[in-house]
Amino acid sequence: MKLWVLGAVFIPLLGAAVNGIFLWITKKKAHLIAVPALFASCICSLVVLSKVLGGAHADFDLYLWIPVGKFVVPVGFLIDELSAVMLATVSFVAAWIHLYSIGYMEHETPRGYAKYFCWLNLFTFFMLLLVSANNFLLMFVGWEGVGLCSYLLIGYWYEKASAANAGMKAFVTTRLGDLGFMIGLFAIYKYYGSLMFANVFSHASILSSSLITVITLLLFVGAVGKSAQFPLYVWLPDAMEGPTPVSSLIHAATMVTAGVYMVARCHALYNLAPFSAEIVASIGAFTALFAATIALVNNDLKRVLAYSTISQLGYMFIGVGVGVYAAGIFHLFTHAFFKGLMFLTAGSVMHVLHGELNMQKMGGLIKKMPITGWTFVVGALAISGIPPFSGFWSKDEILAGAFFHGHPVVWIVGTFTAFLTAFYMFRLIFLTFFGKPRDAHLYEMAHESPPVMTIPLIVLAIGSALAGFFALGPHGGIVGFLNKTLGETVAHGKEAAGVGHLLLIISVAMGVLGIALAYSMYIRRVPDPVVMARTLRPIYTLLYNKYYVDEVYFAFIINPLVGGSRYVLWKFMDVAIIDGVVNGIGRLCRLVGSGVRQFQTGYIPDYVWMILVGAVVIYWIGILF
Amino acid sequence: MGIGVFPYIVLSVLVFLLGALGLMIRRNAIVMFLCLELMLNGVNIMFVALSRRMCSAEGQVIVLFVMAVAAAEAAIGMAVITAFYRVRGGVDVDRAQLMKW
Repeated sequence: MKLWVLGAVFIPLLGAAVNGIFLWITKKKAHLIAVPALFASCICSLVVLSKVLGGAHADFDLYLWIPVGKFVVPVGFLIDELSAVMLATVSFVAAWIHLYSIGYMEHETPRGYAKYFCWLNLFTFFMLLLVSANNFLLMFVGWEGVGLCSYLLIGYWYEKASAANAGMKAFVTTRLGDLGFMIGLFAIYKYYGSLMFANVFSHASILSSSLITVITLLLFVGAVGKSAQFPLYVWLPDAMEGPTPVSSLIHAATMVTAGVYMVARCHALYNLAPFSAEIVASIGAFTALFAATIALVNNDLKRVLAYSTISQLGYMFIGVGVGVYAAGIFHLFTHAFFKGLMFLTAGSVMHVLHGELNMQKMGGLIKKMPITGWTFVVGALAISGIPPFSGFWSKDEILAGAFFHGHPVVWIVGTFTAFLTAFYMFRLIFLTFFGKPRDAHLYEMAHESPPVMTIPLIVLAIGSALAGFFALGPHGGIVGFLNKTLGETVAHGKEAAGVGHLLLIISVAMGVLGIALAYSMYIRRVPDPVVMARTLRPIYTLLYNKYYVDEVYFAFIINPLVGGSRYVLWKFMDVAIIDGVVNGIGRLCRLVGSGVRQFQTGYIPDYVWMILVGAVVIYWIGILF
Repeated sequence: MGIGVFPYIVLSVLVFLLGALGLMIRRNAIVMFLCLELMLNGVNIMFVALSRRMCSAEGQVIVLFVMAVAAAEAAIGMAVITAFYRVRGGVDVDRAQLMKW
């Protein structure tokens, strides 16, 4: 067990180290190290998962990292149902993304190629560390590590200003959330006296409810940043500047799911803080709807997917917020498959169209690239919640959980968002893969991607289609399995089977309705979307400009901050005050000097005068005083 | 008993002031040098006169020192002026203004 866990976590680090240190040797062969490293890690994770399925648990320390007096933090790993599922999901999806990257990055320079795989490995390592750590501080190491790697990978094409800026935006925005997370950690150490999960969660109830509320809210601030929830979601759409497999990795396996995992991991705390859980669910529901509406009108293939991820993360937060933690993690699990898949297909389209991302220029591509097209359809059916695809099971689980745990408003928002999700996903599909080609030149260029890219697509498509059936296993399936850790005993399905079925039918109907509307609008052109956009111009403009959130941030936060720094701190404080004092003293000395030096005429008679006058003056002073 | 000490003092001050005045208003280095000697001698007269008045030999001893110093100064001063004349083509002190700010 111990060895398998260490293997799963540290083999990617080893791969990153080899590619990082021997950059100039591995060059274009970097994938020969990086990809097997990830597959090895994936196999280890699956072994761990199978052992946990057999009832094994592990909580062990590798070594003491920080033993300072009473403050003891080990490098230790906690393997239970939750982390085993996370390990398996992350390493499995990441492994196929690594394989796909070989094809996607084939045109990069040798050094860039090795660098890319080094960072990709490191990224996965930090995420695996995050989900398997047994204390808050080690989790925080992974937490910050994925932030760092996302910065590096989003800004991979750093010669491009927009990519470099997107990398910085991602880093700075998530850091903002991390600040809250860190304060939360300080509070946990101060009041619980330990950062070990085992100690904190077993004594969770020793604190007053208000204190726990504060702590959990602070932790949630970190999750909002990392998992791109409102209002800190702005970095995620910009993260599309990175290579597409990186987007896929960020959205599916690593990084953005960290926040959901963290909340689920701290379920013992959130259970004691109903207000915080309420906030989590509300933010989740709001973000789900908010991001879905933006995705309705966006024309950029990858950005639609990015907003869709934000929206789906909102679902996950609804799940963990209303107390059905297992459903949230289940959605994370299925989402990893279908979102990873959809980003890879988008990358495949982008790859053959030489970076073209505007859906309005595509159309009919399914004839040229059938594997890409049909796998995308599978992913879209999954995200739209059409049975029997995976999204249906997990989304329904969350919505039913929201409904039965007394959050009807959240349920309504979630169900409506399901409709929007189905609509924008199929709008994307009909614009990209079906209908008539709108740009003949692009259409000519299109062809199917090489097998190294299509095989991961097929594998993930199978996963997207079938992952939902894990819900049907014995003892409540994956949800029941996760609940062994997450400790949620209420089986809502039994409470009201009839109502449950009704909810199920409603949510499926919403998905079908969304698809039908998209079909009629973008294939039949009834009602014509162009005409609709014109009649609903104010709403369309608002959505098209993403509610002007970026503009608002610029106007109210970034510009005042930059302006304040430039004009108050720099131009006034630094230049005027500090430099002014220093330069002023210098100038004063020169001024006095230029007056005094007039005495130094160089003419001897003047000096004689001065000597005599001086002697007389001193003499008289001597007499007078 | 002779004429008393007062006329000597007057003479001494006059000689000293003449020297100082010459030093201030003349521009010729040699004349200024002579004026300097004049000032020294004015002081010497005062020393001698007062030494005799106070029946003390100290003043006369100092006068000998002053004369020795004046002699040495004359030697150096004349050497400086000669060198200055060679470099500057004249003994006018207005030509010596390298030390000006």
